Amino acid sequence: MQKHIVTAFEEELQNLSQKISKMGGLAENQLTMAIKSLENNDYELAKRAILSDKSIDKLELEVEEEAILMIAKRQPMALDLRRIIVTIRISSDLERIGDLAKNIAKRVIKINGRTPKSLVSGFSAMGELAKTSVKNILDAFAASDVDKAIIVWQNDKDLDALYNSIFKEITEHMKKNGDHIDYCTHLHFAAKNIERIGDHATNIAENIHYMVRGEMLSDDRPKSDLIKIS
Amino acid sequence: MTDLQQRHQHLQKRYAAERRFKAYGLAAIIFALGFLAIMLVTITVSAIPAFTQTYIKLNVEFDQKVIDKSGERNVVEMRKSDFQKIIRQGIYDLFPEVTKRKAKKKLKTLLSSEAGYHISSALLSGDKPDLGFIDTKREIWVKSSDDVDSFIKGFINRDIDEDKRRIKDNQITWIDQLQADGRLERRFNWDFFIFADSRSPEDAGIRGAVVGSFFTLLITLVLSFPLGVLAAVYLEEFSKPSKITDFIEVNINNLAAVPSIVFGLLGLALFLNFFNMPRSAPLVGGMVLSLMTLPTIIITTRAALKSVPPSIREAALGIGASKMQTILHHVLPLAMPGALTGAIIGMARALGETAPLLMIGMVAFIVDIPQGVTDPATVLPVQIYIWADSPERAFQAKMSAAILVLLFFLVVMNAIAVMLRRRYERRW
Amino acid sequence: MSENKIANKYQVRDVNVFYGDKQALFNIEVDVLENQVTALIGPSGCGKSTLLRCLNRMNDVIDVCKISGDILLDGQDIYSKKIDVVELRARVGMVFQKPNPFPKSIYDNVVYGPKIHGMIEHKSDGDEIVETSLKRAGLWEEVKDRLDSPGTGLSGGQQQRLCIARAIAVSPEVILMDEPCSALDPIATARIEELIDELKEKFTIVIVTHSMQQAARVSQKTAFFHLGKLVEFGDTDQIFTNPHNQQTQDYITGRYG
Repeated sequence: MQKHIVTAFEEELQNLSQKISKMGGLAENQLTMAIKSLENNDYELAKRAILSDKSIDKLELEVEEEAILMIAKRQPMALDLRRIIVTIRISSDLERIGDLAKNIAKRVIKINGRTPKSLVSGFSAMGELAKTSVKNILDAFAASDVDKAIIVWQNDKDLDALYNSIFKEITEHMKKNGDHIDYCTHLHFAAKNIERIGDHATNIAENIHYMVRGEMLSDDRPKSDLIKIS
Repeated sequence: MTDLQQRHQHLQKRYAAERRFKAYGLAAIIFALGFLAIMLVTITVSAIPAFTQTYIKLNVEFDQKVIDKSGERNVVEMRKSDFQKIIRQGIYDLFPEVTKRKAKKKLKTLLSSEAGYHISSALLSGDKPDLGFIDTKREIWVKSSDDVDSFIKGFINRDIDEDKRRIKDNQITWIDQLQADGRLERRFNWDFFIFADSRSPEDAGIRGAVVGSFFTLLITLVLSFPLGVLAAVYLEEFSKPSKITDFIEVNINNLAAVPSIVFGLLGLALFLNFFNMPRSAPLVGGMVLSLMTLPTIIITTRAALKSVPPSIREAALGIGASKMQTILHHVLPLAMPGALTGAIIGMARALGETAPLLMIGMVAFIVDIPQGVTDPATVLPVQIYIWADSPERAFQAKMSAAILVLLFFLVVMNAIAVMLRRRYERRW
Repeated sequence: MSENKIANKYQVRDVNVFYGDKQALFNIEVDVLENQVTALIGPSGCGKSTLLRCLNRMNDVIDVCKISGDILLDGQDIYSKKIDVVELRARVGMVFQKPNPFPKSIYDNVVYGPKIHGMIEHKSDGDEIVETSLKRAGLWEEVKDRLDSPGTGLSGGQQQRLCIARAIAVSPEVILMDEPCSALDPIATARIEELIDELKEKFTIVIVTHSMQQAARVSQKTAFFHLGKLVEFGDTDQIFTNPHNQQTQDYITGRYG
């Protein structure tokens, strides 16, 4: 890709991408802390995870402002336009990821280490999958790598499948132990949150695809067997 | 020394240089204007005498025996009679003491030799003139001879040797006496503007040359302006670049630089000798001058056409005007001020042209005012040339006066050029 | 695309243009659809203006300009001998880069075209044409009280609208615009763009512009030219968000050269 004639524009674009990487790094870190605190029932870590959400929120605002300014100043076209628009969307996805991680961390305090032994490994696996997704999707964005993004997008079904099985297990557990319902509900929301993080990663994947190819990912994402509501 | 000071000094130098440059330009203009002023003043001063003429008051007896021998009051016959004789008698009567033949002869040369003719044509003008003057004695003003005129104007010094001046001692005595009696008067010389050329300076006028110049320029304009504009339009708008158009272009530029006398020779060989056109006629003069002005008009018109912005052509063509419509409706009107300026510059040059007209005989001595373009005529610059060549002192003044008239016409033409341009420009 | 059955106004087929030995356009194939605005964009010297000037044979004026291939207007080759160039230009109006009203009154500017095409029998015909043309060009309200004042006395934007009124006065089918706003301020430009939007209801418009934003705003189809070749031709919406060609992408994002 040739460079822009206007170097300031080029720099602004790079700056925007760097901010996204930074946000991604923070979100990833926050997610790691939240999962870890859930596994180890680590209050301190949970608190740190909650606090670190502020800097992500701040970065999101910055990205948004800069992007709007760039649209006003540079009137970007084609790839540049898509890049800036996608950056805004990704930053909002990352902010949501941060929120969800914070929410998990908050629930750690309520759950208070009462996670049933049988579920701990499931949560660890989910957390691992979610972290990998977030990490990979950030790499894909940094490298504008559509193929990598598509892999993340397709792999989301694994996370969904894992969530479904955890969902069943938690329901089973609640059926058996009626007095565990309160912390189990928190556990369930934690699991749901991790699953949502995976969805945001797929959102980002779709946006990367649009940014690079100029088209929406049209096919329906392969979904694993949905929860049967009825 | 600080940077600022250095810069300041540099700036001062630059200002000084600029002031000097301006001063040089101003000096050049003052120098040129100075020469122009000197020239104008010299010519005007030497022309002033030509605008006055000395008249002598005589008591003339209109003797019927002289002016109407048959007694039939036939005006046509009377016009042929010798009015000069009765006027001569008038001056003899003033000086009865002069009786010798030789002295009388000197006495009568105080009067213009054409005075009688002028008196008769003044009194007997029209079909039924009032003939009441016959056999009466009347007081009339008669033109003096050019020698008397020159003497009165101070061009003849009474102190030099009698042999060396044209006015003799006894004539001076008479003139002094006439002056003492109040019988001499200098009047504004209207005749200068009314008469054509004459052998006697007191009767020589500019009218013939002015009319000749007018006819000549008329022919020049009528021939060269349409031809020049059409040629320019063709060359500029229609001709495709080719060897032939290049050749034509080079030749037009060369023609503009050809010495004018060559055109005169061409006119002599072609118009006079081959086509047998009348000699000395404004028609031929105009044709010769057209040849000379044509290149100027073509070149300036082409420049004017070129300066019409191409956007105007595009605009016209863009809404479907044909090439001819584009040129006639838009390009040519915009180029007109330029073309007119070119034409008037060419005309002004033609007005001052002498050499080619000498070749076709317009230098001939012509006493009649031309009535048409085929009548023999002369033109202003040639008239100046003729008078410059004449020995009489009075003709020198006439020459300067003629130069002033010529300059006046040039100024008028330039003013017309400016006016026409303004008018056109205001319309757009 | 074909669901509305929009007719092809112009079909440009395999057009090559030469200025002397230099080839300015190479094998151009473009379709101009009726009642649409087609924008021609590209860097200076890319041949977009050349193509525009081929569409009403304005290049005829240039002696060294030679053209091969077919340009069909309503299916008829405009370079065939049967077509009279004056008539063609009455059907295909043109608006130029620099506003170039005639140095005449506003009225005479508008009425000139109809006059030379014999569209006016009575003076009232002229009055009517002048009024409708100026109204359509959005200039009527501003100049109706001073139709006798010179057209050159108007502001740049007004002059350009006068030129548009002059072009539409002869009821053309197509209006060609060669960078019509490049000499105008943004407000005047906006006015002209608004006008172009309205005019496309009645006319087919081909516009050459250096402003990509303008092309994006006013046109439905965009053709990108580079070094005399048509690089990409497609829907404006697609060209400016997702061009298929890398050269187009580089040009419209400001990475060209």
